[in-house]
Amino acid sequence: MAKHINVSLIGNPNTGKTSVFNLLTGLNQQVGNYPGITVERKAGVCKLPRGVKAHILDLPGTYSLNASSLDENVVIEVLLNKKDKDYPDVAVVVSDVENLKRNLLLFTQIKDLDIPAILVINMADRMKRKGISLDIPALEKALKTKVVLMSARKKQGVDELKQLIAAYKKLSVEPCVNASVIDKEYFEGLQRAFPNQSLYKLWLVITQDVNFANINRNTIADASEFHTKKKSDLKRLQQKETIKRYQFINETLKQTQTIDVASATGVRAKLDQLLVHKVWGYLIFFAILLFIFQAIYDWSSYPMDLIDEGFAWLSETIKAQLPSGGLTSLITEGIIPGLGGIVIFIPQIAFLFFFISILEESGYMSRVVFLMDRLMRRFGLSGKSIVPLISGTACAIPAVMATRNIENWKERLITILVVPFTTCSARLPVYLIIISLVIPNERVAWIFGYQSLSLMLLYLLGFVTALGSSWLLSKFLKMPNKSFFVVEMPNYKWPLFKNVAINVIEKTKAFIAGAGKIILAISIVLWVLASYGPNEKFSKAEVIVTSQLKESLEKNSKENLEQAIASHKLEHSYIGYMGKAIEPLVAPLGYDWKIGIALISSFAAREVFVGTLAAIYSVGSEEEETIKNRMAAEINPVSGAPLFNLATGVSLLLFYAFAMQCMSTIAIVKKETNGWRWPLIQLFFMSGLAYVTALIAYQLLK
Amino acid sequence: MKTTLAELKRGQSAVITMFETDEIPLKLLEMGCLPGNEVTLLQVAPFSCPMYLNINGSHLAIRKEVAKQIEIELI
Ligand SMILES: Nc1nc2c(ncn2[C@@H]2O[C@H](COP(=O)(O)OP(=O)(O)O)[C@@H](O)[C@H]2O)c(=O)[nH]1
Ligand SMILES: [Mg+2]
Repeated sequence: MAKHINVSLIGNPNTGKTSVFNLLTGLNQQVGNYPGITVERKAGVCKLPRGVKAHILDLPGTYSLNASSLDENVVIEVLLNKKDKDYPDVAVVVSDVENLKRNLLLFTQIKDLDIPAILVINMADRMKRKGISLDIPALEKALKTKVVLMSARKKQGVDELKQLIAAYKKLSVEPCVNASVIDKEYFEGLQRAFPNQSLYKLWLVITQDVNFANINRNTIADASEFHTKKKSDLKRLQQKETIKRYQFINETLKQTQTIDVASATGVRAKLDQLLVHKVWGYLIFFAILLFIFQAIYDWSSYPMDLIDEGFAWLSETIKAQLPSGGLTSLITEGIIPGLGGIVIFIPQIAFLFFFISILEESGYMSRVVFLMDRLMRRFGLSGKSIVPLISGTACAIPAVMATRNIENWKERLITILVVPFTTCSARLPVYLIIISLVIPNERVAWIFGYQSLSLMLLYLLGFVTALGSSWLLSKFLKMPNKSFFVVEMPNYKWPLFKNVAINVIEKTKAFIAGAGKIILAISIVLWVLASYGPNEKFSKAEVIVTSQLKESLEKNSKENLEQAIASHKLEHSYIGYMGKAIEPLVAPLGYDWKIGIALISSFAAREVFVGTLAAIYSVGSEEEETIKNRMAAEINPVSGAPLFNLATGVSLLLFYAFAMQCMSTIAIVKKETNGWRWPLIQLFFMSGLAYVTALIAYQLLK
Repeated sequence: MKTTLAELKRGQSAVITMFETDEIPLKLLEMGCLPGNEVTLLQVAPFSCPMYLNINGSHLAIRKEVAKQIEIELI
């Protein structure tokens, strides 16, 4: 029977764990979440010599086994719990040759856990340039392990690593630092109370909020023969432990590593001078943002148009091939447009993640955090939140996914919750048509007109609301937030194409698998609601409309008749009755039942608003002018004045600015927050805000 | 008078002497911010927060309020 070897890749952030992982597994990997939390879990399979298979786990980056975030907790829980299905047979500790000293801290801790550990010293290609040389055999002896000098970039050392993994049973599990000397008495007491447990594991359980096997903090506290210490004393001990370990590491490196500073060269200092400069740094960053924004807003419109046309063509072709009926209609008007509604997001997601992974890979993202920290902190956000917030202006879906690289969960959650306030491109058609209806096309000053100013105000409103609500959320959201601002500024590097490509593919797959299902399901529900009606007015629409139009039939072309039938059907479909049912609710906002229908159906996506109105008003084309004229002629049944006046218009604009009118966003938020709780809170909060502001605006202006 | 890391000027180096143990995140220690180690201020953001430092070979950004807890001796 072939045996699987469980391998965990562990290491500080940015040491190349994911690069090594990609190298070992190729595209043979699955990305998901750890059960119950939103930490990304990357696992893959690697074939070792002699037909042995290794299950490789790419653990989140951590500086030590003293966890201060959800990500780091995952690492400890995997390493402590022998019953965990991910519990490693062998741990591969990936380190960066330029930061060996700091990287070894984690290594010495892992060595204390009775897990065979291999030390990978990555980025070996940079040794020469940095003037570093290492005495590997001496290092192996001091650390009581095997060391692989590796370059994930140059693909060196992979075979050696694979062989060592396959022969993991030969590795020593002896610790290299004895941590218990920091307080002998205390540790001896601990061992007496739990003679069968590994001492260092016990220590970790005492100092962290993690559980392993059947022991947790409380069982330790309850053990009568042993008394626990105060939190501040424990922290002092942890500090002592760290110092102790560093002493050992300094000693070891003194004997095994030489750094010739004179021959070290680097672009870091020069690039930093420019990229985090008080003026240039910001200008460059905004130029980059502008570029990314342009790409997702503009360039992705070409593939998006193709996708749009492709799916429309597919619908038409199938409609022509199949006999007409309920099933054909379900396929061509429910399922295919639903699928199209998923695929349409792929170009934007791919573009955004292409750029984001380049920013991450190159080391620039940490500079962004550095530049934006002070500003964003005031609103309870992270420096990294700026990228999702700006890209939300194109589309909230990729933006919500882009929050993944914000480590702090509270900051990440707040960013996810407020991103949908930024003015996404789907709001634009709605804004444009309503603005052109109700805002006079006159100049205010120079080239600025009321209409363009209104549009700009709406964009500003989106940003201000997003920041304002983050501020509120940061005040009211109570969650354990142990994180402090200590950000590593990695070296600049050329992005590895393989890493970028895998990341883009992965994010696209994640979107389709996670949010796609929900989008498809809601599309089909909306289709059913619009295609069936409760009574004869729907099913006999042809007869009714034809007889109504009998006298004028000659004057009416066949096309007009069809439109009239479609409009009649929509009015008497389930969604039509729903529109009428909510009329009392939306009347105070200045809307009639027709707008009610458009509101409900545009829940699929905001831009559907225009198309739905076109169908209700039985305007054949979605040509803006035609719909606009028809809307302008619409009369308010109560007042007899034009329906789309300033009050209704402003009320609608505000409604669309604030309401969560987008099922895809809800789907992706559900996926990223791992449950329905936050998307529903978001939905109610945003809809509530939309309703109240629209109500106030209409009542004041009417 | 005690000098703290927050008073360091750009390009200046110093040696860490001690710090207020309870106020400093353990993480910072783990990244090499320990008494006796050398620290250089590389860059600062506007209003000198955050500060971009080289501590014992690690390149880190920390906020000013944390830097105020770390005592140094200029070299
Ligand atoms: N020069 C060099 N760069 C590398 C090597 N391995 C990874 N990198 C780069 O190091 C950075 C961090 O890599 P990544 O795999 O994301 O690290 P992780 O955070 O540990 O998963 C990326 O920019 C990689 O392209 C290597 O062997 N040599
Ligand atoms: Mg990684």
